[in-house]
Amino acid sequence: MQTGPSGKLNRRAVVRALLEERGGLLVIGGLGAPAWDITDAGDVPENLPLWGGMGGAAMMGLGLALAQPTRPVLVLTGDGEMLMGVGALATIGVQRPKNLAVVVLDNEHYGETGMQETHTRHGVDLAGMARAAGIADARLLRTADEVQALRGAVHAMAGPLFAQVKVDEASERLVLPPREAAILQARFREAVLGAAAHLQ
Amino acid sequence: MPDAADTDWPDQIYDLLKAHGIRQVALVPDAGHARLIRRCLADNTMKVVSLTTEEEGVAMLFGAWLGGEKGVLLMQSSGVGNCINMLSVAVAHRTPCPMLVTMRGEYGEFNPFQVPMGQATPTVLEAMGTLLNRADRPEDVAPGVDATLRLAFNTFRPAATLLGQRLLGAKTFGR
Repeated sequence: MQTGPSGKLNRRAVVRALLEERGGLLVIGGLGAPAWDITDAGDVPENLPLWGGMGGAAMMGLGLALAQPTRPVLVLTGDGEMLMGVGALATIGVQRPKNLAVVVLDNEHYGETGMQETHTRHGVDLAGMARAAGIADARLLRTADEVQALRGAVHAMAGPLFAQVKVDEASERLVLPPREAAILQARFREAVLGAAAHLQ
Repeated sequence: MPDAADTDWPDQIYDLLKAHGIRQVALVPDAGHARLIRRCLADNTMKVVSLTTEEEGVAMLFGAWLGGEKGVLLMQSSGVGNCINMLSVAVAHRTPCPMLVTMRGEYGEFNPFQVPMGQATPTVLEAMGTLLNRADRPEDVAPGVDATLRLAFNTFRPAATLLGQRLLGAKTFGR
């Protein structure tokens, strides 16, 4: 798996590996780079890339996971986004949905606003916080082998699952999804619920 | 002894949540919602999710709708302030976000800290595109909540019923 100048994993390579042969996997991408990352891996209806709602991605995953308990749900988000809504780890830790995985692509920076450092740059241990909140399977990942194992765990639906993946901070090419959020929502719901989605 | 018709409005709200097929109930507790919360907790078809902050509920309801389930958010007026930016998710994605808000900081309030956000609640919700109605008498509750649920799910937007402090009774801290 590709690594960056820092020797850490390349975020796009991590996301492509996690979304390979994705089957019924439903994906919510946190605003900023994670939304571009999931779009780079393939702009499909079962992706919900976010353009806003910072701090809400994990809770969106919880609502979706509760509504669709037989399908694996993956929230892919950034360290800044997760830190803004970090209380969600406690809410998820209490609900414990088996089909929910929250994966933080941790570049230790706010990438969209000028690469200011986040708290993870200064030692804040998101995986430790998730574990302390009651998410028993909370991992800190640094290697390609660990990413492959994580992909298996996401599909196994033995969660809830939390993973903090240390990734290189280099910015990647912008790969933008549609910006009209009504379309993102409607195509996602149609993919999950069929045409009946629009008559609910 | 108050008339039963004056005090059973939480049960009327519960019946409306059932009638509208609500499956996810997101909440930060408030005394005014206590009876409704007990009814929801006793119902195996409802997933009741206690939140650390109210904006989590706005995000959760969006996720629920993505998966084809209807949800509702229960909170106190002070919690509305915690939801402001997250309401942009429901507006931009055009998704339902029904909220039932118990009011503080108005009729007979005791605690000064409740007044600023209580007074700002309708302004803030409307500024974020939420359609509102108020219930200040027991007989206003069921029609107002029904209207909020219909507006939210039929027109895909945030909608709220504000349950007035006159209806709930002001918290007096024994004074």
